[in-house]
Amino acid sequence: MNPLLSLDNLTVKRGDCPVVDRVSLTIGPGECIGLIGPNGAGKTTLMRAALGLMPSTGESSLTSLSPAKRAHAAAWLPQAREIAWPVTVEAVVALGRTPHLPRGAKLSATDQAAVDEALSQMGLEGFRTRLANQLSGGEQARVLIARALAQQTPLLMVDEPIAGLDPAHQISTMQAFQALTEQGKSTLVSLHDLGLAARHCTRILLMSKGRLVADAPPQEVLTPKLMQEVFGIFVHYEQTPTGPIFQPLGLT
Amino acid sequence: MRRLTARSTSAFVRLSKLINVAVLAFAGTAAFAEAPKRVVSEDAPDRVVSMNVCTDQLAMLLADEGQLVSVSSLAYDRRTSAMVEEAQNYIPNTGRAEEVFLLEPDLVIAGTYTARAAVTMLERLGIKVVTIASASSLKDVRAGILEVGAALNQTERAEVLAAEFDAGLAALQADTAARKPRAALYGANGYTVGSQTLSGEMLVAAGFINIASEMGLTHGGTLPLELLALSAPEVVITSQPYPGASRSEAVPRHPVVARMQAQAVSTKIDDGDWLCGTPFVLRAIKTLAQQRETLKP
Amino acid sequence: MTRLMLLLSALTAVLFVASLAIGPAEASLAETLSALFQDDGTPLTLIMREIRLPRALLAVAIGASLGLAGAAMQGYLRNPLAEPGLIGVSSSAAFGAVLSLQTGFAATFALALPFSALSAALIGVLLVLALAGPRGASMTLILAGIAISAMAGALTSLALNLSPNPYAAHEIVFWMMGSLADRSMQHVTLAVPIMALGWLMLASLGRGLDALTLGEDAAASMGINLKRLRLMLVLGTSCVVGAATAVAGAIGFVGLVVPHMLRPFVGGRPSRLLWASAIGGAAMVLAADIAVRLVLPERDLKLGVVMALIGAPLFLHLIYKTRKELA
Repeated sequence: MNPLLSLDNLTVKRGDCPVVDRVSLTIGPGECIGLIGPNGAGKTTLMRAALGLMPSTGESSLTSLSPAKRAHAAAWLPQAREIAWPVTVEAVVALGRTPHLPRGAKLSATDQAAVDEALSQMGLEGFRTRLANQLSGGEQARVLIARALAQQTPLLMVDEPIAGLDPAHQISTMQAFQALTEQGKSTLVSLHDLGLAARHCTRILLMSKGRLVADAPPQEVLTPKLMQEVFGIFVHYEQTPTGPIFQPLGLT
Repeated sequence: MRRLTARSTSAFVRLSKLINVAVLAFAGTAAFAEAPKRVVSEDAPDRVVSMNVCTDQLAMLLADEGQLVSVSSLAYDRRTSAMVEEAQNYIPNTGRAEEVFLLEPDLVIAGTYTARAAVTMLERLGIKVVTIASASSLKDVRAGILEVGAALNQTERAEVLAAEFDAGLAALQADTAARKPRAALYGANGYTVGSQTLSGEMLVAAGFINIASEMGLTHGGTLPLELLALSAPEVVITSQPYPGASRSEAVPRHPVVARMQAQAVSTKIDDGDWLCGTPFVLRAIKTLAQQRETLKP
Repeated sequence: MTRLMLLLSALTAVLFVASLAIGPAEASLAETLSALFQDDGTPLTLIMREIRLPRALLAVAIGASLGLAGAAMQGYLRNPLAEPGLIGVSSSAAFGAVLSLQTGFAATFALALPFSALSAALIGVLLVLALAGPRGASMTLILAGIAISAMAGALTSLALNLSPNPYAAHEIVFWMMGSLADRSMQHVTLAVPIMALGWLMLASLGRGLDALTLGEDAAASMGINLKRLRLMLVLGTSCVVGAATAVAGAIGFVGLVVPHMLRPFVGGRPSRLLWASAIGGAAMVLAADIAVRLVLPERDLKLGVVMALIGAPLFLHLIYKTRKELA
């Protein structure tokens, strides 16, 4: 089976300075992948370049696709939470069905089902008719995640989706991504909450200064050594019966 | 430069805008200017500058050789002047005080609407300025001739010219036809000229009924295209557009006007003859009267 | 939604008939309509067919164009302050029209005038996009548009000032404010084909503009070809605004007021707003042009003056609102 995404020496330069430096990786079906790294490590740039939203060198399996085809292969949730107009929550989520709708067509039953499912996954059933741009930041974030879910692509790429969410919604969001793996779908999610990454991700990509420095299961990446090298922190990491517990303790 | 002057002599230029004229090449020469010449008396001004296209022409008709030094630049434009050839003998001025002052005139003749600032400045500099009102009737033409004649100290010649004008006008009016076609003078921005104006009186003298009078526009005013069409005059006399283009002049060239004109004989009048209260208005009236005669009875 | 469209269409139809019935030549509605359809040889037929019909038709076409262009620009820039004038299209188009009239190019072939206005509008927009960069943010685009507008306005004034025609200089007001007075069927045939082309291009944008609600990146990832969308937007806007400006001058605020008023009724959806604004724009310009004829029938009150009187306070309100949101 073809991988959902494969990158080969993907490089993005800003001037002479590489922001993403020769990154190669492959994403297969049924993975929930956490993309971590310090601010400015190139996480967002890596995802945008992989999608072909910005110029890059090297290979990405998505960049050669037309925008319409790409929209069936991967959904993308940018970090910026933009909802320009006073549209209802349901209408925003329904925008995720855009790639599936012929020009000018109305939502079919399948589309409506996808919208309903995404709304319920994000706990937004009660928000359907609310105006999305008047919700709180965290609520807007959930609406936008639901939009990306409604696109129902094999690969979902989300940029810091849980920043600003309350703990319950952080967990439920990560669980929603985990649930996708059961359908053979994969998620690439960038995040700064390493504890959640440890618990919910099947695999962690660690970036530092544009380089991909680690690509392995959580327990192999979230090691004290790597954490000290990349983030400059010392950490507590422990496997418990209720799952792994990861806690940064201080600066080194 | 001309445009600056055009604005400052606004009354006259505006009048020219209102006069509807389809232009012919200017053909004839003046038949009036052959009054006897005589030596200027001691107290007569001997360096005269005219700053207005209408006084330009009267001064050229009345002054002795060498008495008139300069005329306004509009005197060199066929659209505004009937004496373009004669004007070649004089220095053009654009009506700025500094320019006129440097010509060292002992008399300046200006129109009522000539750039007031320039005229005031010249007066302050001690130059004698005579202001001549613009003609708003055929009667005013006679008065204008005599006033300019008096300023130039050419009273005798002016009286001869005025008498000639009176005779010429009387001859034209004796010739009025039985049938008076209805006509409109339709200019830029849909401005139509009323009867109590020089061109309005000229139209009547040529044997037409001015539709503006039917509408109660005594001096003139904007006549919407719709009302022009509704009143259905036999003749619509429109103006020759200036070079370049303007939306104002597009109004008298609207298809509606073209349609109305197609039904009548087109009238061709020389702009320069219409603009000012000079004896040349007689020629304009005569041309218009001849056009009238070609209309269906 | 459908009810809104029906309502707007009915309003437009009523205003269209009113526009035909109102004018200095007094005649009853029945008389005017019968004179329009039947040539009875009276001047009223001439008036209806050559003066009032073209005026009403242009009001509809230009209103639809400006409403559509405004809705499209706002959708694209995600900014309710955006309208065709803002990115410099209207003033560039006016400059193109003035230049081609003053140089005599407008007389060289039938569509020379709207073509010149369209080309100048296009150059203006491309210049704006070049200044703002290929992925220019809304604010950069708007600032660049203001700069282009100022430049085009100055060049228009210069061209009119240099004209040998003494009337031309006084017509800066016409080109800046716009008017439908004394237009003829010639202007309809000049402008409408090009506007129609633009309508087709702008009407194809609905889906892309909906997706753009969530930003450029999100839209691109939802399968929207942003390059094509931008091209269609630029060409379509140039066509409609260029052709409209060539015959009626730069009429402002239609593209601002109409989408703003209709947005709540279409659930904020840019795609629905396109159609609603087209019909709403037609109604708005018809109404404003009727007002021009009713309020000061003797004077040549400019259509743009009425639109500015309606639009400018709303513009201030929108700025105030946006400012509060930013603060």
